[in-house]
Amino acid sequence: MSNAAQQLFDLTPTDEQRMNRDTMQRFAAAEMRAQAKVADASHSTPDGFYDKSAELGLALLPIPEALGGAGVGHAPIANTLIIEDLAHGDMGLALGAISPLAFVNTVLDQGSDAQREHYLPRFCSGEFVPATTALIEAKATFDPSQLATTATRNAQGFSITGSKSMVPLGLDAELLLLIAELEGAGPAAFIVEGTPAGMTRSEEANMGLCTLQVASLQFDQMQLPASALLGDEEFDLQRFLDLSRIGICALAVGTCQAILEYVTEYVNEREAFGEPISHRQSVAFMVADIAIELEAMRLMTWRAASRAEQGLEFHQQAYLAKTFCGEHAMKIGTDGVQLLGGHGFCREHPVEMWYRHLRAIAILDGVASV
Amino acid sequence: MINLELSAAHQETYNNLRMVAEHMMRPYSRKYDKEEHSYPKELEEVAKLLEGGGGAAKSSGKAKPDQEGVKNGGNLLSVSAYEALCWGDVGLMLSMPGRGLGNAAINAVGTPEQIKEFSKSYAAMCITEPGTGSDSANISTTAVLDGDHWVINGEKIYVTAGGRCDTLVVWATLDKSKGKAAIKSFIVRKGTPGCEVTRLEHKMGIRASDTAAISFSDCRIPRANLLGSEEVATDAEGRKKAFGGVMQTFDNTRPPVAAMAIGTARAALDMTREIIGHEGVELSFNKKPANSSALEAELYKMEAEWEGAKLLVQKAAWMADNGLPNSMEASMCKAKAGRMGNYVTLRCVELCQSLGYSENELLEKFARDSKIIDIFEGTQQIQQLIVARRLLGKSSTQLK
Repeated sequence: MSNAAQQLFDLTPTDEQRMNRDTMQRFAAAEMRAQAKVADASHSTPDGFYDKSAELGLALLPIPEALGGAGVGHAPIANTLIIEDLAHGDMGLALGAISPLAFVNTVLDQGSDAQREHYLPRFCSGEFVPATTALIEAKATFDPSQLATTATRNAQGFSITGSKSMVPLGLDAELLLLIAELEGAGPAAFIVEGTPAGMTRSEEANMGLCTLQVASLQFDQMQLPASALLGDEEFDLQRFLDLSRIGICALAVGTCQAILEYVTEYVNEREAFGEPISHRQSVAFMVADIAIELEAMRLMTWRAASRAEQGLEFHQQAYLAKTFCGEHAMKIGTDGVQLLGGHGFCREHPVEMWYRHLRAIAILDGVASV
Repeated sequence: MINLELSAAHQETYNNLRMVAEHMMRPYSRKYDKEEHSYPKELEEVAKLLEGGGGAAKSSGKAKPDQEGVKNGGNLLSVSAYEALCWGDVGLMLSMPGRGLGNAAINAVGTPEQIKEFSKSYAAMCITEPGTGSDSANISTTAVLDGDHWVINGEKIYVTAGGRCDTLVVWATLDKSKGKAAIKSFIVRKGTPGCEVTRLEHKMGIRASDTAAISFSDCRIPRANLLGSEEVATDAEGRKKAFGGVMQTFDNTRPPVAAMAIGTARAALDMTREIIGHEGVELSFNKKPANSSALEAELYKMEAEWEGAKLLVQKAAWMADNGLPNSMEASMCKAKAGRMGNYVTLRCVELCQSLGYSENELLEKFARDSKIIDIFEGTQQIQQLIVARRLLGKSSTQLK
């Protein structure tokens, strides 16, 4: 990578990123948008969706060639564009499809060599490996720096007690990156394989993200080997959070782009008082504001991703992007329903589903790490 | 390659201009807010510095295109410069001797000869009339060809720097019955017989800036001073194109005007964070807004709004630098920056309570100054209209 100081302000994706976007957008339209409504209503993921998503090779992208991956390396911008494009299809399915990538990204970013060599080749087989990250806890004032899930050291390794909520792919995950407070040492991450004794999983029912299987996980003195502790050094929770926040923002951007396109078409077709409702400023200005705030969301997300990719400090940019997206994505979600009126409130149109999805943006944390 | 950091050259210019703003403008902010209309002589030094490129443009044009041909040129540089100088004081920036919005118009659409002839001029922009604000297609100032001269008649208001400038870019119609297509812009030197400054406005903010009313009464100017083509298009396509040419000026001027809001809001935010910092409130950019105090959450929100608006401005300028059509983006950034600037500056006053409301600090001034940025160069509502028409594919007769 050339020196950041030499670079110019530029919003042009590379040719490779552009080609990748085409692939993602086609997949999102055919395998996600087209299936999302039925999946949402039945609270289930479309049959075979994750197997199809594995063909995109998302999780193996960053993995070094020596371990069987594509060797792209740490690529927050490429990841951001992928998430944005998949979320344009469906936010819930997108979060499911990229959860293994988030796991891989974090192991690559903060894991030890031994952990990379042990866990990452599994993701290079071409099959979907359900893997995910778990940070959020069920508490109204949840704060990632004050975790109630705790790990204590013992002769065999670690004993973990506590619970996690809103875990994507939480019911089926074969590999889980669990963030917990390590007694006397601060926040730490643990790799959990399968379902060790003391761990129980329960399906969650939430207002949105119903196309994705989201679970609560309980840990009652779950015993993990010493090798489960991620990395040789102290876990950088802030960096993990910041990289996750970029991914969550990208989910918001893709979903809001879908809303913008949907309402643009709708308000031009829908007639009232003898003309399209888009001829009224109160309607048209709402659409304009959606476009304006959405573009700001996108640029803030891209800036944080680009700083991360260049190795620049990106904490503040990620925080501000998440703050901005948390607020404006929900506003766009609610305006999307408003513009369709009563029709928007009914499940015939997808805007009410996007509204329910988008309520999660401000709440999600520690998922979708880029 | 996606990168939203300024080039090293532009960052250097920004940093230098912030120093200029801090040391050569800010100290006079209150003085010229109080002494409305008096000439800010202290700014002559700043103007000289800017003109000579000292501190400012020395490295400006030097940001070379990269291998893919991406350019960071005058538009991006100018939004950075406007932001930096308006951090000092937007009213004073608008009063910078030798610099006016008319210069941007001449540079954007003038012929090489016109640009050369007026490159040293201090050019203000005359668009608004007493009866036409945002409806600039409806102006009634006329220009009639008489031999080798245009004869201009009419009245213009809200001419920024209209008192102090030496040149005016005047919008006038060749034939009002022919609508938008007949509107042209003309370069008028001050002192031309028939051109008279009739009044300076008393305003809520940007009081350092002299906002003038100017009348034209049989004012004769050389035929060569028309910007663009003399012909009045007769078909629909041509009419659209002709007025589009006039309006195109805005694609270049809206991002810098939006950048004024970025600079003003940054000034208010910096001052607010300093004041509340003294009272023990520091931002860590860590806690979720919902877990923060209301004061912290509000500051985070303002920082986020500021960042979003700034990036929209940079995007619009970057598009202009790279020859990409940016009408919609220019309006998007103006809409966002305008409302952000007003929201942030007003909120900063509120958060600092009586300290913010007092004339002992400049926060109350920033809050007065910011209002005009959401109005001039196209109001918030005009920007929304432009964005909406583009997005929805509507004409001005469909979406009024």
